[in-house]
Amino acid sequence: MANVFGTTVKRREDPRLITGNGQYADDVQLQGMLYASILRSPHAHAKIVSIDTAKAKQSPGVVAVFTGQDLLGKVGLIPTAWLPPESDIKTTAHHALAVDKVRYVGDGVAMVVAESRYAARDAVDLIEVKYEVLPAVVDQEAAMQAQAPVLHDDAPGNVAFHWQAGNAADEVFEQAEVVVRQRFRQQRLIPNAMEPRSAVGQYNAGTGELTMWLTSQNPHIHRFLLSGILGMAEHKIRVLSVDVGGGFGSKIACYPDEVLVGYAAKTLGRPVKWTEDRRENFLITTHGRDMTLDVEFAGKKDGTFTAIRVKNVANMGAYLSTAAPGVPTILFGLIVPGAYKIPYAGVDVYGVFTNTTPTDAYRGAGRPEATYLLERMVDLFAREIGMDPVEARKKNLIQNHEFPYNTAMGLEYDSGNYELALGKALDMVGYDQLREEQAKLRSQGRLLGIGVTTYVEICGLGPSQVAGAVGFQGGLWESATVRVHPTGKVTVFTGASPHGQGEETTFAQIVAERLGVAVDDIEVVHGDTDRIAMGWGTYGSRTTPVGGNAIAIAVDKVIEKAKKIAAHMLEVAEEDVEFQDGSFQVKGAPSRKASIQEVTLQAYLAWNLPAGVEPALEGTAFYDPANFVYPFGTHICVVEIDKDTGETKILRYVAVDDCGRVINPMIAEGQVHGGIVQGIGQALWEGAVYDDQGQLVTGTFMDYAMPKARFFNNFETAFTETPAPRNPLGVKGIGETGTIASTPTVVNAVIDALSPYQIKDLDMPMTPERVWQAIHKGRDAQ
Amino acid sequence: MSEKQQIRITVNGIEKQLEVEPRLLLVHALRDELGLTGTHIGCDTSQCGACTVLLGGEAVKSCTVLAVQADGMGVTTVEGLGQMGNLHPVQEGFWEKHGLQCGYCTPGVMMTAVGLLQQNPNPTEEEIREGLEGVICRCTGYQNIVRAVQYAADRMNSANSEAEVAASGSGDQK
Repeated sequence: MANVFGTTVKRREDPRLITGNGQYADDVQLQGMLYASILRSPHAHAKIVSIDTAKAKQSPGVVAVFTGQDLLGKVGLIPTAWLPPESDIKTTAHHALAVDKVRYVGDGVAMVVAESRYAARDAVDLIEVKYEVLPAVVDQEAAMQAQAPVLHDDAPGNVAFHWQAGNAADEVFEQAEVVVRQRFRQQRLIPNAMEPRSAVGQYNAGTGELTMWLTSQNPHIHRFLLSGILGMAEHKIRVLSVDVGGGFGSKIACYPDEVLVGYAAKTLGRPVKWTEDRRENFLITTHGRDMTLDVEFAGKKDGTFTAIRVKNVANMGAYLSTAAPGVPTILFGLIVPGAYKIPYAGVDVYGVFTNTTPTDAYRGAGRPEATYLLERMVDLFAREIGMDPVEARKKNLIQNHEFPYNTAMGLEYDSGNYELALGKALDMVGYDQLREEQAKLRSQGRLLGIGVTTYVEICGLGPSQVAGAVGFQGGLWESATVRVHPTGKVTVFTGASPHGQGEETTFAQIVAERLGVAVDDIEVVHGDTDRIAMGWGTYGSRTTPVGGNAIAIAVDKVIEKAKKIAAHMLEVAEEDVEFQDGSFQVKGAPSRKASIQEVTLQAYLAWNLPAGVEPALEGTAFYDPANFVYPFGTHICVVEIDKDTGETKILRYVAVDDCGRVINPMIAEGQVHGGIVQGIGQALWEGAVYDDQGQLVTGTFMDYAMPKARFFNNFETAFTETPAPRNPLGVKGIGETGTIASTPTVVNAVIDALSPYQIKDLDMPMTPERVWQAIHKGRDAQ
Repeated sequence: MSEKQQIRITVNGIEKQLEVEPRLLLVHALRDELGLTGTHIGCDTSQCGACTVLLGGEAVKSCTVLAVQADGMGVTTVEGLGQMGNLHPVQEGFWEKHGLQCGYCTPGVMMTAVGLLQQNPNPTEEEIREGLEGVICRCTGYQNIVRAVQYAADRMNSANSEAEVAASGSGDQK
């Protein structure tokens, strides 16, 4: 009960998941259910001349075929819900099915609804479409060229938006002692949550209610958007996302297929299921990253950093996905100065349309890209002035006593002890000895590399006022209801929507600790718009700092009310009652007490309540955070590169993270592990590749290198705990830190290993071939 | 599409008769025809292993097996591995060691682990990592999956040695 916060508790979601009793969207089986399959454009850019669905309609088992023309006036446009201010953003029309033109391979052209999965899929092949193929452009800088094909008539030059921020002026760089410049390619990544996206719709013509089972990270946002797109009252739509098999940002967006399923279910009067296959997932579920970054970094010869500025040309794909414009702008730009005292910083961001899959948030969303370029620049700068990269970091880290710290990008970092985390990581890895060992091995011709990252992250999205100021078309507070049942058991309803992060457990721990009831007596409910008042979902590492604190406040409301009842029961004044370990007791006479369960029963019986107190016992909170939260830490990686093959072997990986107070160390560590692997995936193996015609070359797990178990040794992880000062629980987020820190850490190690060849930078992923080529070029140059 | 065929599959110990198209994948037969939705589909190219089941006692990817190929054979899915109160050591390991996050790949990874431990009851960490070549997990970073399999191996080995001790009749003699 008490002291359960901060301890490892086995996950409460696991029993159903390890016995095959989870409820993922595709698991839903309904009487009379139909299956949908979508014909997708094989061309990256083409005019639709004609669509002939006659044969498909006659195919066995087919119930209906819809094209874009059929939906005009019936299904609204797919919206973009993040509109960065003063960016001249062009939210061009995005139809659920293409009407006159397709703009990327995978763009939906027609949907078949049939009696079985196989019948639907068969009929898709019978739809005949005549296309007039147009030239395509896949690279964002090429798309900005004057002669480039234009995707949307209302976005000339393919520029979707242009956003600038910061205070870095030319003079700062002109007058700097040292300026380092570097271009980075943040390659495109494919999120690849293991569960493909799925939607099931069921319409009740009698009540006019539409129930949708969706693979969503934010069911209430989905309901809100579906309401507008389908022209249905919000309260007549119920969205359920009970178990969701990972998201990593790719299940935030409102997708055309989800809308189509809702429309088909309503129109046909029968339940409809659609589930993408993995090939579709590669083609149509949002991608991440894909930015071209030109960076200037200025400093003094003594190692002091003075300025950083970045031009970011971001590839948005063919349409602006739901949250996409916020990623390369707000989420990227504001964190560019990182954990350092850099007085001048600036970003200049272009979002560009190309004939590729739309991009959107992917684990870290903007912050990994910013952290990558910063941590790479720090290494390049340190190398330029001949300083150890750790020394350079130490010299510039924001100091413990300087918090709250106001950055050049206008953020107020809440708290931190950056040097503590750095020191701990250096101790764990044995940094000084490692450098000696590296020198020794280098003299033997072996390529050992050490990479360090000292990061800070902005997360816990976020204060709603700020959300509005930065153009997010929603609030970012969170709701919680804590309902104590007559027997003292507790149900918690959260508007956050975890999908693997373990909050059914950690949220129960929050309540157990605060209310003094057993974890086993608490159930956490999420992912159901009918049971939960409102919620903004799970992304941006907001679930615990925002949703968790909402729960803490709701518990406090329960206690506040229960205290009044307890005082009445104990026949003392309320001021004379204190609450401890699940029990209300009279101050100075602790034997006179009533347990929370006893008080709850009285609250429900309501035979003898104090005047003015309503029966029953529950608390609801709508918590809007006062600030973001800023987790931080140091990651260190040791690699060895095989010169003959170019292969990078990760010898050690040390992660020290600080996410404020840790609720469940096992779960926090698990989040770090997963994040590290995803970030290393970007550093070494992963990358989406399009050919010039806009065909996705890396369209299956055979062509896109996903990290596997055998690529790694065990990671060494630890936490420092610097409580977050601006929220009741003192917590920060931990879901994205691994991904944010590990990519530059590994790349810094690889480049460090290659420094004998005068190699300063390489594009990711640093595959054996790329590294081998670089070694050989370096050798030739020597 | 061709004519449907009658097949018999013993699923989790219970014989089932099905009429299926010859092209029907085993995983679709399990999920859509038999309602055993614990087995998941993560890809179409046999890379991810989310659909792994035991077929004739061997771990196979059920997205790459036709239901008709399983005719006359026994299939074990996650639903047949163990229930709450009587979990298989591999399930226990995944729960104890936080071997799952979103849980989607988990049934397939657990069935793969069962197959792995059948072949090699005492795997080293490296052998476990090699043995997981056929599965992809996007959440855990694999470290706790490895721990889960190690836990299961220990449990199964100590259960076996206890059984041996009991069988040799010297269990309580000391």
